[in-house]
Amino acid sequence: MPEEIEKQKEEWEREAVEALISRHPERRSEFVTGSDKPVDRLYLPEGFSEAEYLEKLGFPGQYPYTRGVHPTMYRGRLWTMRQYAGFATAEESNRRYRYLLEQGQTGLSVAFDLPTQIGYDSDDPRAEGEVGKVGVAIDTLKDLEILFDGIPLDKISTSMTINAPAAILLAMYIAVAEKQGVGKEKLRGTIQNDILKEYVARGTYIFPPEPSMRLITDIFAYCSGEVPLWNTISISGYHIREAGSDASQEVAFTLANGIEYVRAAVKAGLDVDDFAGRLSFFFNAHNDLLEEVAKFRAARRIWARIMKERFQATKPKSTMLRFHTQTGGSTLTAQQPDNNIVRVAIQALAAVLGGTQSLHTNSREEALALPAEESVRLSLRTQQILAYESGVTSTVDPLAGSYCLEALTDRIELEVWQYIDRIEALGGMIPSILKGYVQKQIQESAFRTQKDIERGERVVVGINKFQMEEKKPQELLRVDPAVRQLQIEKLSRVKAKRDASRVQDALEKLQEGAKRKSVNLLPLILEAVKEYATLGEICQLLREEFGEHRETIVL
Amino acid sequence: MTATKTRILIAKPGLDGHDRGAKFIARALRDEGYEVIYTGIRQSPEAIVQTAIQEDVDFVGLSLLSGAHNELFPRVVDLLAANGAEDIIVFGGGIIPEEDIPSLKDKGVAAIFGPGTTTKQIVEFLESAREGS
Amino acid sequence: MDLVTEVRRGNLRAIARTISMIEDLEPEAEGLVDALYPYTGRSRILGVTGSPGAGKSSLVDRLITLERQRGRRVAVIAVDPSSPFSGGAILGDRLRMQTHATDGGVFIRSMASRGFLGGIAAATGDVIKVLDAAGYQSIFIETIGVGQAEIKIVELSDIVLLVLMPGAGDEIQAMKAGIMEIADIFVINKKDLSGADKLLAEVQYVLSFKSSVTGNDGEGGGPTGIGPQGVDNPILMTSAVHEDGIEQLQEAIEDYAGNSESCGKLAEKRRLRLERELLGILNRKVHELMDVHIEVSKQLPMWVERLYRRDARPYALINEQIRNFLKEKTGD
Repeated sequence: MPEEIEKQKEEWEREAVEALISRHPERRSEFVTGSDKPVDRLYLPEGFSEAEYLEKLGFPGQYPYTRGVHPTMYRGRLWTMRQYAGFATAEESNRRYRYLLEQGQTGLSVAFDLPTQIGYDSDDPRAEGEVGKVGVAIDTLKDLEILFDGIPLDKISTSMTINAPAAILLAMYIAVAEKQGVGKEKLRGTIQNDILKEYVARGTYIFPPEPSMRLITDIFAYCSGEVPLWNTISISGYHIREAGSDASQEVAFTLANGIEYVRAAVKAGLDVDDFAGRLSFFFNAHNDLLEEVAKFRAARRIWARIMKERFQATKPKSTMLRFHTQTGGSTLTAQQPDNNIVRVAIQALAAVLGGTQSLHTNSREEALALPAEESVRLSLRTQQILAYESGVTSTVDPLAGSYCLEALTDRIELEVWQYIDRIEALGGMIPSILKGYVQKQIQESAFRTQKDIERGERVVVGINKFQMEEKKPQELLRVDPAVRQLQIEKLSRVKAKRDASRVQDALEKLQEGAKRKSVNLLPLILEAVKEYATLGEICQLLREEFGEHRETIVL
Repeated sequence: MTATKTRILIAKPGLDGHDRGAKFIARALRDEGYEVIYTGIRQSPEAIVQTAIQEDVDFVGLSLLSGAHNELFPRVVDLLAANGAEDIIVFGGGIIPEEDIPSLKDKGVAAIFGPGTTTKQIVEFLESAREGS
Repeated sequence: MDLVTEVRRGNLRAIARTISMIEDLEPEAEGLVDALYPYTGRSRILGVTGSPGAGKSSLVDRLITLERQRGRRVAVIAVDPSSPFSGGAILGDRLRMQTHATDGGVFIRSMASRGFLGGIAAATGDVIKVLDAAGYQSIFIETIGVGQAEIKIVELSDIVLLVLMPGAGDEIQAMKAGIMEIADIFVINKKDLSGADKLLAEVQYVLSFKSSVTGNDGEGGGPTGIGPQGVDNPILMTSAVHEDGIEQLQEAIEDYAGNSESCGKLAEKRRLRLERELLGILNRKVHELMDVHIEVSKQLPMWVERLYRRDARPYALINEQIRNFLKEKTGD
């Protein structure tokens, strides 16, 4: 800090601050961020020299991208408004997608039900009670055709939150587009396809790490040639945060996963510049506005350095961290649900100030159910008001230079590097996961946070402060349990109509291919889905070849 | 001099993989002096019931956020009864709409703890349920 | 429910309830254990120990599968420490064995150490008898660590498996605690990790101190050291996660069991175990008796205070208590 300022700061503290505090103490003895890190009373210029500015901040659209990935950011193009949606049957979800598009949403985001995410058909006994509940049920290509009925896949980009069976859903999407007359080279979208975070925070894994990485690198290789506009992975921190990590851990474990994916792809023989430009990320927008904005900026700066220095990427796009954001679901309350609208607005603001490329805003009844039409519309309006009325989109990276913000960005960066180094010392992300290191960090943080809430140290309005007696919540969306039966009937109709021997052939070819690591499974999966092999049939085959991952880490 | 401990099984039935709440409760209850058996995610109702019987637990706590509670919670209650273990008390937590609670209670789930529940509330329930039995 | 009959019939609830009574130190437990005792002695008891993270539960999980394939009914007692602060415990070992949860031929029970008087070993010994009488032919006892408490537990076994993993640095700890003396079969799990060969060499080296080394004739049941009982101590390399080397491990167990039975070592071990158990019961009973009549627990703080202030002398103090107790007993 420049000398004169330092001197006067001390004077100010001695004279003004202490005088006041002796009469009016501050509300707390210590102020902390949402991640329990200390926050100073006042931040002052740390005196960024010119060289420091250019090295650490630079210009938007240029390495290290701290200030944003595009030179004009939202002045050129707003973030994509992409509400995660899907429930019950493909028909119903299709209706919801069309509604959202009508209301001004600019991209689709598909939520699948748990059986689909875990590779079971709707008629599997394990699917009982789960069909269509947290997302749409997809058993065969037929369901996906219905899901995108009337939606031109050359005009709209689609994000699919699917991980273990991502290759299958991608293949189905390509097949649907083909039927629409749209070539795969035109397709824009994303598959989440991030298996590592499943093992530590989300739980929809199927196969063990090694074969899972093979499927992922197959997708990288296939898309690099055949589907060049497609984001092959959405390396996610959202769920890690939801599982209870703090902001630095969210970034650290996400980027460490990213390192693992890049390493695996390079090991599989891919050139980093051939696929790195299509890696994308997915972060949480949590409550503490300043810390969240700092977090996004730090993430960009760190990833750029990793790609350039560790992996020698040369193309600018390879070093650019592009991300989607979702406002934090776990911050929303069942009590006084209208408060959630306010929370989401602040969190969305953080994402926008942080330079997100795409955004999902949660709905008021997030803690109770999937959103009703009116609620999801309001969430969309939140984004639209931010975009068109708040003014923060008129300039790029508006909070840069804020003493507080740059200090927070630097601090988070430091902590993230410490975690990344620790993980490297353990042998990388996969050993760290198998040893339980990552899970332990997340659980410790989650436990502390909950205890703080129960003790009242961390205030959650409506839960431990400003509580009130409430009248019953209004109409909530319910998924009709009859959906399962409907799906089962649909599925048996598809099975009756398809050519059983061609399905058999395709599955056998896939099985052969699965046995050999050098075979890229995408074309084989594409053949199988076109014959209307079911998701469950394909996954069962792969389960037999690859084995199943089993949870081993407790607490 | 007896040394009875209350044993609780915390289980996640069905396909839901969100275990933050279950893990927190397991640890919090351990800190309150309970013996907690935690069996992880993706447990079938059958596995949960066999575990409850072998471990001779006093309570089974089911955590579920995927909306499958109306099917899976009563299934656990019924299987316990079918195996001669109806004295084991079942409670649940997660994302469970209020309007589903009366029917779940009718089917034998002793209590449902929604979002915002504190450790204290659960302990109060466990202590009073134990006294009652 | 007549628990004894039901346990012998394999009624799961009855078995579980009986185990709880033993754990809870209920007065009826003694009678139950005695009533079941004549029906014990048919199980093979395998102790599995090693440091946390070595993969014991995963190994046991794979071994259960192989045991079941041989048509044996299997029981597992998984012991974990209770929290010294709250007295509670999180028992999570069975999470790694849950694929067997619905197999009627497998019984898994998690036990917390609970700070038992006489240690968890006492209760575990009685629980083993219940499972033995219930017809479980293979009983695994799994415990973490290589300390004194764990040694007591695995001393209840016919065969002790010590599970090590590369890079954990625990082979030295194991040696210090004396577990290397007691272990029968050494398992280097996670053999795919770097340092596995180094660990193998270290274990062989340590074992060589017990008597002459027979030499290294390769992997998979080959390398051995002559153990203290004159029976070869096999060293196996496994990977539970990749299901590698498990069948060889199972065969090594079968062989070892066969050998120690035919040369009489097993019988010797079992007699020794019974001796320890009897002494344990005796000690506990005397202690309990003393506590009732001398109120040791209640008086102890006061005695300590007196000694601290040099108001009393150690032997005199205790001898007086015993004299009073004896007087009372004989009605003098």
